[in-house]
Amino acid sequence: MSIDLSQFIPSFLEESFEGLELMESSLLTLEAGDNETIHSIFRAAHSIKGGAGTFGFIKVTDFTHLVETLLDEMRDGRRKIVQSDVEILLDSVDCIRLLIETARDGEDCQDEKIANTSALLAETLGEKQPDIVTTSSVDNSQSNEVLNESSNLNQWGISFLPKHQLVQTGNDPLLLFNALADFGELIVQADTDELPPLTEMNSEELYLSWQLQLSSDCTEQDIIEVFEWVEDECELIITEKKEIDESRVVTEKIEPSADTKLSNPNINDSQTTNSVPETTPVVTQKTTANISTADKNNADKAPSKKADVGSIRVGVDKVDSLINLVGELVITQSMLSELGNDFDVSKVERLKSGLEQLLQNTKELQESVMRIRMLPISFAFNRFPRLIHDLSKKTGKSIELIIKGEQTELDKTVMEQIGDPLVHLVRNAADHGIESGEVRLANGKPEQGTITLNAYHQGGNIVIEINDDGGGINRQAVLNKAIEKGIVEPNASLSDSQVFDLLFEPGFSTAKEVSDISGRGVGMDVVKRNIQALGGRIQVDSEEGKGSTFKVHLPLTLAILDGQLVRVGSQVYIIPLISIVESLQVQKKSINRVSGDMILYRLREDNVPVLPVYQLFNLEAINKELINALLVVVEADGQKVGLMVDDLLAQQQVVIKSLKDNYQQVDGISGATILGDGSVAMILDIPGMINIALTQAKNAQKFLEQETA
Amino acid sequence: MTKILVVDDSNSIRDMVNFTLQSAGYDTEQACNGQDGLTKAQGSAFDLVISDVNMPIMDGITLCQELRKLPSFKFTPILMLTTESSGDMKLKGKAAGATGWLVKPFNPEKLLATIKRVIR
Repeated sequence: MSIDLSQFIPSFLEESFEGLELMESSLLTLEAGDNETIHSIFRAAHSIKGGAGTFGFIKVTDFTHLVETLLDEMRDGRRKIVQSDVEILLDSVDCIRLLIETARDGEDCQDEKIANTSALLAETLGEKQPDIVTTSSVDNSQSNEVLNESSNLNQWGISFLPKHQLVQTGNDPLLLFNALADFGELIVQADTDELPPLTEMNSEELYLSWQLQLSSDCTEQDIIEVFEWVEDECELIITEKKEIDESRVVTEKIEPSADTKLSNPNINDSQTTNSVPETTPVVTQKTTANISTADKNNADKAPSKKADVGSIRVGVDKVDSLINLVGELVITQSMLSELGNDFDVSKVERLKSGLEQLLQNTKELQESVMRIRMLPISFAFNRFPRLIHDLSKKTGKSIELIIKGEQTELDKTVMEQIGDPLVHLVRNAADHGIESGEVRLANGKPEQGTITLNAYHQGGNIVIEINDDGGGINRQAVLNKAIEKGIVEPNASLSDSQVFDLLFEPGFSTAKEVSDISGRGVGMDVVKRNIQALGGRIQVDSEEGKGSTFKVHLPLTLAILDGQLVRVGSQVYIIPLISIVESLQVQKKSINRVSGDMILYRLREDNVPVLPVYQLFNLEAINKELINALLVVVEADGQKVGLMVDDLLAQQQVVIKSLKDNYQQVDGISGATILGDGSVAMILDIPGMINIALTQAKNAQKFLEQETA
Repeated sequence: MTKILVVDDSNSIRDMVNFTLQSAGYDTEQACNGQDGLTKAQGSAFDLVISDVNMPIMDGITLCQELRKLPSFKFTPILMLTTESSGDMKLKGKAAGATGWLVKPFNPEKLLATIKRVIR
């Protein structure tokens, strides 16, 4: 029977990555004598190795084996825990991750780092432990065929004299004989000599012994293997009777593998190197050799690349609450349908309360389903201890990382996409933010710098703060640079927050020199763009000499949006509530018409450009005059715009449907939704619309200039 | 129906063993560490126990020792899942009362063949 286990690969991968994360975080906190931590690291490596072997990820298995051996020595105290070994192990974690990823994708990993690290591991192991690999492979006693020249049936005589306690380990002689009988014809003879009188018999002991005759073409090794589990609980004598009465006696006392080698001198060379390394000095070579020979096997066996559908591990409690809610929904439904059977006016009250209940059920069900996609932000945060560890090693700065609010939950998709921007921000904080130890001491600060990651919920959003107690942002340096790059006018007067926002301009970098850690191509503008793509925003606070705080605001989920429904002509649009500043009735005295079509509306101390939605989307609006219109003031990128609409309708949560998946990308529209009456409504893309408005204004300006020229 | 208790802290290994056993028509119950396994063993009878060695909270060797103390598990076959690197683990397992061992990497055909050697 063939059993296909490939369906378990995704769960193995997921488990392995979790194991690697655990190894990493544990290694970072590992202190001498902390046995429980070493045990858990060992177990993680052990599980990865076991699983990888099953799926034929040979490279992973081989590499992890070295790691495991090192951990094993640490675990039982043969090896002291030193920082250099921990560093090797941390590198190994990266290597294993890389190997698993390439094995998953059915590719062959050629990364130099693997060979380097495995050589380093082997070297570390070699200098300390002469017989590491030997002990492990020997007792796996490969079921080598001991040579058996003739295909003639051999006559085997087997005396099996079990100890009285044999059955107490769950072994059953009859099953052993069954296994022997599979080899050929078996004659069993029981010896009852030791059977005590019934009164003295202990029912839990075995008093019999057996003489067996097997005629089969099997080898001695095959027979020994049948008795493998009971070898120390019995006396076993195997004799071979051939035509020429040459009998050979082997007792179980002889180590099977030694026997194998003796009786089979011309065993295949490659097999020897693979299974039984003889002496220590070759360990290093052996490992590298092993890995390179494994390439072929790996390529053969690795499963073909599969689309990564991704999976979520959900707590049982979440699923249970879902089932509960569905149960309630079913009750409400049956109540309503019963009500509908013979409905009359007297039942209106009951219908109302039933609908109320349905509303409640739906809301709770929705929240419950959303919660399934929510994961604690620790999933995104847990890579940072390692990052800080590496960064502080690279920069020579001593940095402490404090993580707060790691249980704050966030949608899985948002989490996956916010990881890289966060890494960028944390790197910046460590590289540019935190000063060197001397500078800190000179400024009366503790030598060790602190970076704090904090996550919390705030009004339907999640806020992630990255704070450092470093030198802060040099306002003047930023301003000078911006002037030099022509981003701002030399004599412009800017507020602090406007200056700090310049950091997110494309091509802006104040670092004096591009370092290895940050400032390589990917700028803060990309960070900002990524955050905006998630419907979030980023803001900076900084005080010179005290440090900086980057605040990232993100929606909890990308699937549902709090929206304001507005009507323009016959169309209904949805404006994301998060971007609305206020809605107001236009007052004539505040209208300010500037050159061309550009209308500015005076809103307290601001002048807000007015964008008539009907013009943008070419619609027949009821109100084309600003006087009668309603203005929804929205903000994105620090830019306010007044959207001119005909009517404000309800505020409600809408489920976002992608326009790109169902139709195509449309400028100024971020998606669509289906309203209660079944009609489709577009969700306005506020930053996109502002862009369109600004481009239009610029074009009009150009046109005007050409006209006048 | 033959009922087997599978004890392993790795979800994927446990799922695979479980899948293999169920495809061969065995009834199974799962436990995620030695302590969990012991609790499940106390609650019901099994024809066979397959246990990993390295597990948190309670390892497979201890589980084996504890199971052998229960009257209903005195003669029940217990197979330890070991890896080739856990050298003297087999001897330790035997001393703890294990019936035999299965060597990882896990191979479904081998598992089923091995089971035939310990239960009828």
